[in-house]
Amino acid sequence: MSEFFSMGGYGSYIWSSYGVTAIAMIVLLLATLRGLRNSRRELDQLETVLHTKRQRRNRKSRKAT
Amino acid sequence: MHRFAKPSVFLKLTAPILPWLAGATAILIAAGLYFALFASPIDYQQGDTVRIMYLHVPSAWMGLFCYVGMAICGAMSLIWKHPLADICARATAPIGATFTALCLITGSLWGEPMWGTWWVWDARLTSMLILLFLYLGYIALVNAFDDPDRGSKAGSALALVGAVNVPIVKFSVDWWNTLHQPASIVRMDGPAVDPSMQLPLALMILGFTGYYFVVLILRVRLELNERRIRALHLSGMFDDNAQDAEPYDPGHNAETSQ
Amino acid sequence: MNGFTAILRRDLQLAMRQGADSVMVVAFFIVTTTLFPFGVGPEANILARIASGVIWVSALLAAMLSLERVFQTDYEDGTLELLTLSPVSLEVVVLGKVVAHWLTTGLPLIVAAPLMAVMLNMDTDGFVVLMIAMLLGTPALSLIGAIGAALILGARRGGVLVSLLVLPLYIPILIFGAGAVEAALLGMSATAQLQIMGAILLLALAATPFATAHALRQAME
Repeated sequence: MSEFFSMGGYGSYIWSSYGVTAIAMIVLLLATLRGLRNSRRELDQLETVLHTKRQRRNRKSRKAT
Repeated sequence: MHRFAKPSVFLKLTAPILPWLAGATAILIAAGLYFALFASPIDYQQGDTVRIMYLHVPSAWMGLFCYVGMAICGAMSLIWKHPLADICARATAPIGATFTALCLITGSLWGEPMWGTWWVWDARLTSMLILLFLYLGYIALVNAFDDPDRGSKAGSALALVGAVNVPIVKFSVDWWNTLHQPASIVRMDGPAVDPSMQLPLALMILGFTGYYFVVLILRVRLELNERRIRALHLSGMFDDNAQDAEPYDPGHNAETSQ
Repeated sequence: MNGFTAILRRDLQLAMRQGADSVMVVAFFIVTTTLFPFGVGPEANILARIASGVIWVSALLAAMLSLERVFQTDYEDGTLELLTLSPVSLEVVVLGKVVAHWLTTGLPLIVAAPLMAVMLNMDTDGFVVLMIAMLLGTPALSLIGAIGAALILGARRGGVLVSLLVLPLYIPILIFGAGAVEAALLGMSATAQLQIMGAILLLALAATPFATAHALRQAME
């Protein structure tokens, strides 16, 4: 097992390149997912505000007629 | 507002594909890692360090692939003026920059044990560094405008101009090759890499390409959402006295429309 | 052609009247070049070895320094909008402005370069090739730089941005420009490098006005 990790003496180079690649790819993916979640939440909020506003306006216009 | 009606087609098309694509990508990368780390022979010259190749070459491929993709998007935005082309180019840039940086880092980690140096000013390494600069310039330009549309359009023009660099990267190895090995994957007389190494390499290249498309789809959704938010804010419907504002048509939210 | 000369004359007159631009570019070039001996030491053979590269890098930076202003003032005071509406095609306008930029910055640099070559102890064999290479290279710098100058119109932090955009695109000119001088210093023929620089110039001349005009139209939208 330790033979596998030492990679013929080059373990530090090999594992650090695999580590850096994994971290970079995961961070990019997570950052994208987080941004997506935040934007969705903000969009939902805006749409609820808009919805209630429209309902209020409809009620008002119904009362007026 | 209806300018963004078209992109909702994008969402409808990609929503069913995305889970399959993500699954295939995960399987490809897992299989690639298995073959790269366990089930592939060591090189008779380079020993175990050849395992870095299974990251280095796919990263280099992705760096170039993403730039070509951006240039194609730039051309499409120039010809058809479709906003989605700009958004795709914009979403591709961070992915391409990441892979180009990874290519340089893994190359450096491979070069130190093999050549005894972290960095050589060899043609291919240097072109890859220039490619990274081009990505950074693109990202800086695209984000430098208050209006994201203007930024994306300027970026598309820059991507087309910078695309002149991509063939230079590809063929520069024939112009000056010093310490770096000659290109051995893409050669006219077929690949020179041992067949037992081709399988993990192919798996990793496919896996990385799949990863790119997964992240691309997610980032395009993110961009579309952000444009929608911006359009809503600019529409003035959130001012209390804006009673006559154009009624808003919901249903384009990238995530809820799934 | 009339539109071209009109733009050229106007820009040259403006440059003459304000005057400072060319002087500043040359001063920047000289000061930058002067910094290198402080950095690497005053030994004559080291300076002679790096002279061609130093002169080219300084010329690149100096040419870039004035790029931001090629379209910026016209963009701000609305002249550019009128120029896009005029019957003269925008590509011709761009070409006129680029030629004016080259005459006010590139040409003074070519005149100043031999002076700095002497101060950096460069062998006299390289002088003629340096001048020819700069004659071929600096117009290409102006042409390529104009794209960057047009792209950043209306952006925040335009000045820093233009260098980030344009410098990577300048690298081939630097490589072959310095390479030509080095070949001449080693007693070899620099024809190949100069021919490549000529090719780059012709390519830039043919392609960049369209790219720059496209970028300007985007900025005007």
